[in-house]
Amino acid sequence: MAPSAGLGLKPQHFEEALASPADGLWFEVHPENYLVEGGPRLAWLEAIRARHPVALHGVALSLAGAARPDAGHLRRLGALVDRIQPALVSEHLAWSTWRGAYHPDLLPFPRTDEALARIADNVGRVQDALRRPIAIENPSHYVVIDGHEWDEIAFLEALARRTGCRLLLDVNNVFVSARNLGFSAKAYLDGFPGALVEEVHLAGHSADPALGPALLVDSHDAPVDPAVWTLYERLVARIGPRPTLIERDDNLPAFDALLAERERAQSVLRAPLREAA
Amino acid sequence: MTRAAIAARRLERFQDEFARALLAEDAAAAGLAPEIARLAAQPGFAVYRNTVMKGCVDALQANYPSVARLVGDEWFRAAAAFYARANLPRHATLADYGVDFAAFLAAFAPAAELPYLPGVASLDRFWTEAHAARDETPVDAKAVACLSPGELARAVLRPHASARWAWFEAQPIATIWRRNRYPEGADDGEIEWRGEGVLIVRPRAAVEHVELDAAACAFLDACAAGRTLAAAAAAALAVRANADLAGLMKRLLDAEAFGSLSVLEQEPQEQLP
Repeated sequence: MAPSAGLGLKPQHFEEALASPADGLWFEVHPENYLVEGGPRLAWLEAIRARHPVALHGVALSLAGAARPDAGHLRRLGALVDRIQPALVSEHLAWSTWRGAYHPDLLPFPRTDEALARIADNVGRVQDALRRPIAIENPSHYVVIDGHEWDEIAFLEALARRTGCRLLLDVNNVFVSARNLGFSAKAYLDGFPGALVEEVHLAGHSADPALGPALLVDSHDAPVDPAVWTLYERLVARIGPRPTLIERDDNLPAFDALLAERERAQSVLRAPLREAA
Repeated sequence: MTRAAIAARRLERFQDEFARALLAEDAAAAGLAPEIARLAAQPGFAVYRNTVMKGCVDALQANYPSVARLVGDEWFRAAAAFYARANLPRHATLADYGVDFAAFLAAFAPAAELPYLPGVASLDRFWTEAHAARDETPVDAKAVACLSPGELARAVLRPHASARWAWFEAQPIATIWRRNRYPEGADDGEIEWRGEGVLIVRPRAAVEHVELDAAACAFLDACAAGRTLAAAAAAALAVRANADLAGLMKRLLDAEAFGSLSVLEQEPQEQLP
């Protein structure tokens, strides 16, 4: 089936999402919100899953932590994967849980040989537990860290080589990081290994309330930025169509507005096919 | 320690210091390792601090909407941030975050003038637990109705997996909670200041709530302890000598408060609680 565009699914949109007849529409959710014993949340997700493909996009395995993923969390995630049979399971190149405390964010680390070994071990454990490869997403960056031994793309490639994992390329994260750290988003995307990309993310960002546009925040509270669309079109033209997700977590608009953004991604995905025809 | 062992602990030390910098009131005064101090001094570090705190506070506000409505956004978010600094979530299932928020509010000096807040918070917690509890087909009232009087006395009704209940001796917590949890169409008449109890249960898709008196709460406590209906009835009568047992049973069965029914072969040797 040709790669198509999907939407991040929020409980407020369950009814419309369930009823939507859009061709090739799929949904992505954060599994952490569905690790429950029962109840309407899980029932909704199963109803959606009966009609549309669903991807699970985790934020809490803390793969870049200097510790193994929490065994209980991994077991509950495995049960959800068995139940939902997701099209894809993904996580972030970041840490969040450390010494028994969960920090609700995707935190950075120095990309060293030590970190690579640790993350590769963690990714391997997750893939063994879930009995499937997962995809790892490039995070947004806000600070310059001393002591990186690897650049991010080489690190992700090495991680994929060691573990067989796939990559999730978030174009908005690249745009935000490029602005914040002062590198070229275009050059980063042009150098990203297309063959490893299993999924693409698009989202909106916002200027930091205090510092303005010099510091962009990956806030998922606005439509996808025009500059991010341009980068996305360039990426798809180079690597070909990939399943693409419109993420929106805050300042939630009507479902139709998200569908319209999703339709735009869908038209970009169809473009190379038209050219080829 | 060998150089390799020191190198192997670098990520660990980075995370220890980074986590400390995230929560420090004043990162510059926290005595952070130089590597992290340089990092925390960058303007972008505030994004991590803000995101972590916002994630915690948003989760508490989602879990305690009635408390937030009672005290207003500003007060709630300030109190939640105070709580979060000392109590980060223990894991990423944020619906579980703040299990002890009611106890925190009870000891929180700025909340001293709002003595009903902890009770209201505990009912918001009940709601969250009921919402995510294991699904279970509730006991049908008809199954109880067809028991003989002898069987009825030896019957054990286990509360539904989602059922949570509490009796508040001194305050109308159920009414205050209900008016703030379901503000649409809530009556805004004078609240009678008296003790109240409530059962929160999700027998099917939706979370329901029913007001209960002290006798019904004592009855459910006995059922939860695995005691027979005869013993549960005695427990109800012990707190309210004039309790209407038939009405109480009907109310609980109508609310679908039970998850299983069994009848013991013979009268158990009752032990006083």
